[in-house]
Order: sequence, then C-alpha cells, then structure tokens
Amino acid sequence: MARIESEIGTPKGGFIKWIDDRFPLTKTMKHHATEYYAAKSFNFWYVFGVLATVVLVMQLVTGIYLTMSYKPSAAEAFASVEYIMRDVELGWLIRYMHSTGASAFFIVVYLHMFRAMLYGSYKKPRELIWIIGMFIFFALMAEAFAGYLLPWGQMSYWGAQVIISLFGAIPVIGETLVEYIRGDYSISDITLNRFFALHVIALPMALIALVFVHIVALHEVGSNNPDGVEIKDHKGPDGVPLDGVAFHPYHTSQDLVAIVVFLMFFCGVVFFAPEMGGYFLEYANFDPADTRVTPEHIQPVWYFTPFYAMLRAVPDKLIGAMTMGAAVLLPMFLPWLDRSRVKSIRYRGWLYKSALGIFTASFLILGWLGTQPATGFFVMLARIFTTLYFGFFLLMPYYTVIDKTKPVPERVIWHG
Amino acid sequence: MTDDVDRNRRHFLAVATAVTGGAGIALASIPFISSLKPSARAEALGAPVEIAVGSLEPGEMVRVIWRGRLVFVLRRSEEMLARLSSVTEYLDDPDSLNPDQQPRFAVNQFRSLKPEFLVVEGSCTHLGCAPLEEFQVGPAADWFGGFFCPCHGSKFDLSGRVYKGVPAPTNLRVPPYRFIQDDVIMIGAESGTA
Repeated sequence: MARIESEIGTPKGGFIKWIDDRFPLTKTMKHHATEYYAAKSFNFWYVFGVLATVVLVMQLVTGIYLTMSYKPSAAEAFASVEYIMRDVELGWLIRYMHSTGASAFFIVVYLHMFRAMLYGSYKKPRELIWIIGMFIFFALMAEAFAGYLLPWGQMSYWGAQVIISLFGAIPVIGETLVEYIRGDYSISDITLNRFFALHVIALPMALIALVFVHIVALHEVGSNNPDGVEIKDHKGPDGVPLDGVAFHPYHTSQDLVAIVVFLMFFCGVVFFAPEMGGYFLEYANFDPADTRVTPEHIQPVWYFTPFYAMLRAVPDKLIGAMTMGAAVLLPMFLPWLDRSRVKSIRYRGWLYKSALGIFTASFLILGWLGTQPATGFFVMLARIFTTLYFGFFLLMPYYTVIDKTKPVPERVIWHG
Repeated sequence: MTDDVDRNRRHFLAVATAVTGGAGIALASIPFISSLKPSARAEALGAPVEIAVGSLEPGEMVRVIWRGRLVFVLRRSEEMLARLSSVTEYLDDPDSLNPDQQPRFAVNQFRSLKPEFLVVEGSCTHLGCAPLEEFQVGPAADWFGGFFCPCHGSKFDLSGRVYKGVPAPTNLRVPPYRFIQDDVIMIGAESGTA
C-alpha cells in the first residue's frame, strides 16, 4: 500500500516511465501542451489556428474515404463522383464534408492570417512562423486547385485550362513548362491522373510537414497576443510568464467551445446548403468536361476570385499573370514592409487602421469582382482595387513609420 | 599527431563530398522530370487527323479534335473574305508577323493555304478558353465578324487575327495542315502521309 502511494507522487512511473526512457513523451506533452504558456487574454481571433487543424484532419479523413470510391481517369472520374453521391452509403455526406471543408479551410485560414495582421503576429521574433504559414497557404492553394480538377466537370476542366495556361505566359520556357505540367498537349486523362497523385499524396504530405514546422516554430518563440506584448518578459519566480496560462487545459477547453460552434455552422452548410448558391460547388461543374465548349461564365471557386479579378484587370497576358503572382507572394514580405514599432492594432495610429480597412475592403470587393463578368465597369473597379491592394503593401514602409502610435503597456490588458 | 587536424584537407573533402552528392541528386532527378513529359502514347495519339471539307456550306464551321485540342475549320464565303481588309486597322498583328502562331504558308491576310478554308486552333491565346463564333457584322463599329472569347473578352477576326487592346497577346494559332485531296484536309502535318 505504501509503495503505491509513493508511486502516485512521482511524475513518471511504470508504463509511462518505460516509454519516457525510450521516447520523449512526457517531455513533448509538457513542451507543447501542459507547460506551453500563452497569454490569458486570447480573444475570438485566436481560435482559427486550431480550427484550421481540425479542418485539415477532417479533409484527410474524408479524402481517404473518397479515394476508396473515386476513379482518377477521364473516362470514369465524373461518373465515379456521381456514384459516390448516389450509390455509396452516406457517400454524399462524406463528399459534401470534403467539398465544404475546402471552403471552410480557406475561410479559417484567411481569418487566421487577418488575425496576424491585426495584432502584428508576423513581426519580430515571429517572421519565420509567418513565412512558413505563407508556404502553408501556397500548398493549400495548390491542393485546392489540383483537387478541383478531380470531379472532371466543365468548370474543373476549363478552370484548369485557364490556370495552367498562365504558366505559358512565362517567356521562353512557358510552353514547354505547360506541357510538363499537363503531360499532354491538352488537359487530358494524363493530367487528371497526375493531379490526383499531387492532391492525395504529394501536397497533403507537404501540408502536414509545413503545419508541423509552423507549430514547432510557434512553440519555440511563443504565441503573440492582442496587445502584442511579450509575456516572456515578465515571469514569476517559477519561471512561468505571469500573463500566461497553460495551453492545456486552459486554451484547449476554450478552443473546444470554438470547435463546437464552428462545427454547428459547418454542419449547417453540409446539410442545408452544400452548394452555397454556386459558390462552394459551381453549377457548371454538374456537366461533365467537354473539350469543345467553354462555359459561358468561367470563374474559380470563391477563395481564388480576389486574385483572379487582379489577373483580369490587366489587359496583357504576361503582366496579368505577374500581377496575380505578386499579389499572392507580397504578404510574405510583411515582416519587413511593416516598420512600425508596435505590433497590435490597439496601439497603432489612424494611418495603419485606415490602410488595413482599405486593404480588407479591397480584398473582399476583388473577391466579388472575380465572380462578375470582365466587362467595362467591373474591369475599371478591379483596376482601382488592385492598385489599393498593392498600395497597402508597397507603401507600408512609409505609412507605418509616420503613423502616430500609442504607448504599449508592459503587461497584457485583461478584464478577467 | 592525432590532434593535428589538416583543416584544408578536411574542408576539401567536405566540399568534394557535397559536390559529388549534389551531382548525384541532379542526375537522379532526370527520370522524375522527364517522366512528366507527354508520354509516347500521348505523342502517338497526337497523330494527324483527316477532315473532309467538301460538304461544308460557305459560312459553316466544324470543330475537330486534334491532339486533344479543339480546331476550328471554317469555310469562308466571298463576302466574309471581303471583310478581312476592312478590319485591319483594329488588329494587333494583321500581317501575321509573329512566326510562332502559324506555319509559314499561312503568313497572309487569310492565314490559310486556300483563302476559302480557315483552319485555326479553337484555343484563345490568352488562357485557353474556346472562343465563340460571332460571324455577323456589328453592332460595334469595329466588329466585322470573328471569334469572341467569353472568358476574358478577347476578340479575333475571321482569320483568327487578334484585336488591339484585348488580353490575348497573339493571333489564334494555325496548326500545321495540308490538303491531301482537293476537299480533304489533314491537320497535324505539312508534308508526308498519315
């Protein structure tokens, strides 16, 4: 009896100790969860990282199950998706979870990135976390693009045609590069097959690896907070940041609430509006791919439309493609474009607040413009908002310097 | 003696190992990159196709698939051919000076072997959508009939020549083709037989 009591007091005993002697289980749990301290002042904006992880897991699981019934060939792909929808028991549910999951992924990732812009989470010492995050974003875009070809509908086919053709704009090597991407002289069975390989093996592996590195880097530096102050600067005698609480169980239980609320919205879409009025699943994609006819209105899924609007705003193929590429790449340089001495929007001046407001509005309006026909008035609007989008980034080194900032408190502000 | 490390020698060996390994990786990447090229089967399926055009009415167009690509074959009427001179001032490359967009035999205002028959790839040179046939004149003052791309609004005349100020950078591409009989076109080869 006495022996058992003494064992309860020790942190490692029996089986766990056996594992710990061979694998850093307890050490890892402590480092990443029970003794990882993040500010107690986290708000709504801090749930999207966890939500993105939840969606990633959901996409992996539903994706594996879809792969069991899907056939990656031009002759069978469209029919096999219909087969999943009609004949596979609850196959429609798994497919709608996956298609809604793709849109949900971009929603939470865009909000997660917006959080970083609100509170300066990309600023020193978190530049690398931001850059790895941008690579996750690129991998996610590639993953979504490759996945969109798989149902082999009209929009799959012509969307891929348009985006792959973009690489043809590159001088000299463009045309050859396009043939290497397609593996054929046009988008064909061969293209579909290799996009399947990228979508189910290569890109998910890259995504998982990048997410792992993203979290390792975050846990090395520590999470930012809505005040943009370093909680590690004020530690108690036990070495724990005074304003921090352990990720587990404190933040995890808070995140659990966020996950439940998120899943309520998610299920609402899956069960009642899986097509989301043509935004999550485009109607043109209910027709099988046809080489002879381009759908009248060709547009990417909503999460690509801001960039697509910028592509169409330029009346030149090469410059248009470069504009689009630059728009995607530019946020990567935020840590160096932003010269402000404060991180959080709470202590920034009206200049940055207005700039961020204009940027957000431009991004949303460009997203809407990307769904509209490319005619006179819309193109003019797209040019204006493309200019504002680029202005936000390129003028940042100036306006963040002259912006009047407020004094930043030593400790986080918390009304608990 | 044993503590006496020859740093130069060690550095040389490290660099030599890295270079050899790097060369090995570069060579090992060759099969992975070359396997991405169109395969032998894809090339074989890209064989020339024959199309009988004798039954086409003037003003009628057929869509042919060659190498998985859409090709338009249009029999132009006398009246359509007459319009080709009116539209010149609105065009970016009316004389087909860009050598990549057509075989040499098509460097003329008709962009074809026989003025009557237009053979062009039905793939917009902007981003590859299939242009629509809009062969009637007007209502815009500069529209003399041609092809209109619904994706991003590029315009081409009845010879597939691109208009100024549209996203498409070049004229529609004319594939290699020849007449193997008076009214049979073979698309995909300028010489030889299928």
